[in-house]
Amino acid sequence: MNLEDLADITEAVAAAAESRRHCVRVCMAASCQSCGSGEVLEGLQTQAKQNADDGVCIKPVGCMGLCSAGPLVSVDSDQPATALLYQDVTVDDTEDLYHSLGDQPVERLRCRTDVPFFARQQKVVLENSGIIDPEQIDDYIAAGGYRSLMRAVTEMSREEVLREVKESGLRGRGGGGYPAGLKWATVAMAPEPHKYVICNADEGDPGAFMDRAVLESDPHRVLEGMALAGYAVGAEHAYIYIRAEYPLAVERLKTAIKQATKKGLLGRRICETALSFEVEVRLGAGAFVCGEETALMASIEGRRGQPRPRPPYPAEEGLWKCPTLINNVETLANIPAIVGKGGAWFKSIGTENSTGTKVFALAGRIANSGLIEVPMGIPLREIVHEIGGGIPDGRRFKAVQTGGPSGGCLPEQFLDMPVEYDTLRSAGSIMGSGGMIVMDETSSMVDVARYFMEFCMDESCGKCVPCRAGTVQLYGLLDKIADGEATPSDLELLEELCDVVQATSLCGLGQTAPNPVLSTLRYFRHEYEEKLRPESERMPRMQIVTLDD
Amino acid sequence: MTHPPAATNPAPKVRVVTLKIDDHDVGARETDSILEIAQANGIRIPSLCYLDGLSTWGACRLCMVEIEGFSKPVSACSTTATEGMKITTNSARLKRYRRMILELLFAERNHVCSVCVSNGHCELQDLAAECGMDHVRVPYRNATYTIDSSHDLFRVDHNRCVVCTRCVRVCDEIEGAHTWDVMGRGVNCQVITDLNQPWGDSQSCTSCGKCVQVCPTGALVKKGTAAGEMEKHDDFVPYLAQMRKRQ
Ligand SMILES: Cc1cc2nc3c(=O)[nH]c(=O)nc-3n(C[C@H](O)[C@H](O)[C@H](O)COP(=O)(O)O)c2cc1C
Ligand code: SF4
Ligand code: SF4
Ligand code: SF4
Ligand code: FES
Repeated sequence: MNLEDLADITEAVAAAAESRRHCVRVCMAASCQSCGSGEVLEGLQTQAKQNADDGVCIKPVGCMGLCSAGPLVSVDSDQPATALLYQDVTVDDTEDLYHSLGDQPVERLRCRTDVPFFARQQKVVLENSGIIDPEQIDDYIAAGGYRSLMRAVTEMSREEVLREVKESGLRGRGGGGYPAGLKWATVAMAPEPHKYVICNADEGDPGAFMDRAVLESDPHRVLEGMALAGYAVGAEHAYIYIRAEYPLAVERLKTAIKQATKKGLLGRRICETALSFEVEVRLGAGAFVCGEETALMASIEGRRGQPRPRPPYPAEEGLWKCPTLINNVETLANIPAIVGKGGAWFKSIGTENSTGTKVFALAGRIANSGLIEVPMGIPLREIVHEIGGGIPDGRRFKAVQTGGPSGGCLPEQFLDMPVEYDTLRSAGSIMGSGGMIVMDETSSMVDVARYFMEFCMDESCGKCVPCRAGTVQLYGLLDKIADGEATPSDLELLEELCDVVQATSLCGLGQTAPNPVLSTLRYFRHEYEEKLRPESERMPRMQIVTLDD
Repeated sequence: MTHPPAATNPAPKVRVVTLKIDDHDVGARETDSILEIAQANGIRIPSLCYLDGLSTWGACRLCMVEIEGFSKPVSACSTTATEGMKITTNSARLKRYRRMILELLFAERNHVCSVCVSNGHCELQDLAAECGMDHVRVPYRNATYTIDSSHDLFRVDHNRCVVCTRCVRVCDEIEGAHTWDVMGRGVNCQVITDLNQPWGDSQSCTSCGKCVQVCPTGALVKKGTAAGEMEKHDDFVPYLAQMRKRQ
């Protein structure tokens, strides 16, 4: 494979598209599949067969974003925002849909695309999502794929690739927000001959499915990012650690690896150079803690997935004690664009300290739940009220939980805050991996805190005492408070215990487990105190008002 | 990899660093952990999962210390010294943390000392006394664990286990049998013998008794000992570890 071959494939794909009258895209990502898009695809294919094809291409594609309206079908455009988009399509609709092609659209199924949900997004990581067939490497190549890798290994030095990544200001999307360029440079500098690249696809935060969507919709993009990372840091072996609960993503990744290897884009002697880059898939058994980098590496090595104290950091001593670069799926999916269009281009998106875009999974009490990609720095209000379409059923916004079990709840007063790493942190929450759960006035913040504590308690690996024995006590206290059986001294104990678990736990799981409690205590303390009063004196729940009322 | 001849291959150079622990100036090798340096200089830092001669585990979190310029406390057993470090081992905050960690341990399983064969010779008990943990504020979980008496010589009482994995490590790293391991997660973690089979049926156990000697509590004991009789001797571990290294 060389640049010419890529151009040939692109031409061939374009020519094939030209010869078609219509292209109908059916979302075959996990969430649409779960509401029957597989049958819709089959129904459309049957229609095509019955009509002897007549120039209609039926194409399975990845996530189009508005998962709450799935199954989604788009017609005749390579951008969902400008396409004729159909929502809630069932197999019974496929005949009408097929026969409407080139004619009047089927109004009853139409999904409006002139709404902020589509207009306000800016896609980098998801640029091919919902457009290309994730199981066809040629589709990815035709969309511009593997150009960055090809150019990098044939025309750029490792330092040049590194420089672009540093210049981009990209920060890790796995939760910590550590500068990717700095991490890459540390691994690149290590003198050892054997190094590894790991893609962390263990995504386990409740409510989060960004990484899954990327892998299901555009797996080659992640592979290309990994290969670029391998080139930049000098690693020839890589692992993707992905949870077994993502069978579709696993399958598509494996298909993608096979296709790329066959074309000489991965494996031995990539892109007609002397370089090798081999990628292996490793399945995790669904322990949240295995997403923590040191536990993840222990798991790949075949040991019990438990964290160890850092330093030494993986960049210095990682997999099999070799320097290891470990990055999140979304982080790596940004790389082909950064190398292709330049670090400066990437830096022009977002804010000074949080560059680029971020993919969020919108969920909870919100009209449009699903996957969105927006520039960093966008105000929370825009995400919730415009893109998200606001709170349904005429209810009031109460809080948004960001950052999953390590994050916190932000009340209304933060709605105008720009969403970026540092502002979220200063407000007592975090970006995390990008889960956003919207809550309305009917949610009890004590219940929310209890929910996340239960998650951490169940997912604690049990190695260190404050997390193992502390989260279970914190859960017990929250349960007691939620049930209205606690006394003021229980609240005091809760706060003291939060401090101990946060300050002394061994890994990020325990260190951040108290965050949902602390942030709800900070902004909704009255809800805890309310629960401490005797039942007869308590206000009915619906009348609880938010702080700024 | 081929090694250069011995004469031109001296032991790797280890730099010496100087640092301050609780206002004492101390010198150490840069590969030493803060806990080792403190011990060598007669400064006591409470610890439970650490045992000289075994690999560092970093799990009990009792050895947390503060380092000037660090935003969070760190575990002394797993943190190496660097030049100029200023370490505090006994601030009010650290004392509070240690006390709470011990309370959590006491509430987690059954640690009623009066009926324990290790009473008076128990590291957990000593730590409670040392750290001023005289009562437990969090509710006892009252979980009931099993006791396995199937081994001819020893007994394991999971109700008294603190999951420090000293038994796991000594059996694996010193005896080389790897009879012990950990099963489950979170609060359901438990040490097990072989594939969670009765210890007495174990094919791998050599009955050497090392695990019993390193267990800090009354979880692993010799059979036939009455309350207060079980004394432990874990001082052989560093010696054996040293001898191993020399071989
Ligand atoms: C308990 C825990 C779970 C984690 N889970 C994930 C995960 O599922 N995916 C991920 O990319 N990072 C996860 N992380 C963060 C990783 O340890 C690591 O920081 C990250 O993969 C680095 O990639 P980045 O620099 O690209 O963000 C987790 C961390 C902790 C403490
Ligand atoms: S903090 Fe929790 S998950 Fe992390 S090592 Fe400790 S027990 Fe395990
Ligand atoms: S007696 Fe020896 S071999 Fe048996 S479990 Fe204990 S340490 Fe391992
Ligand atoms: S049995 Fe003893 S040595 Fe083993 S983990 Fe439990 S307390 Fe530690
Ligand atoms: S002795 Fe350091 S954590 Fe246990």
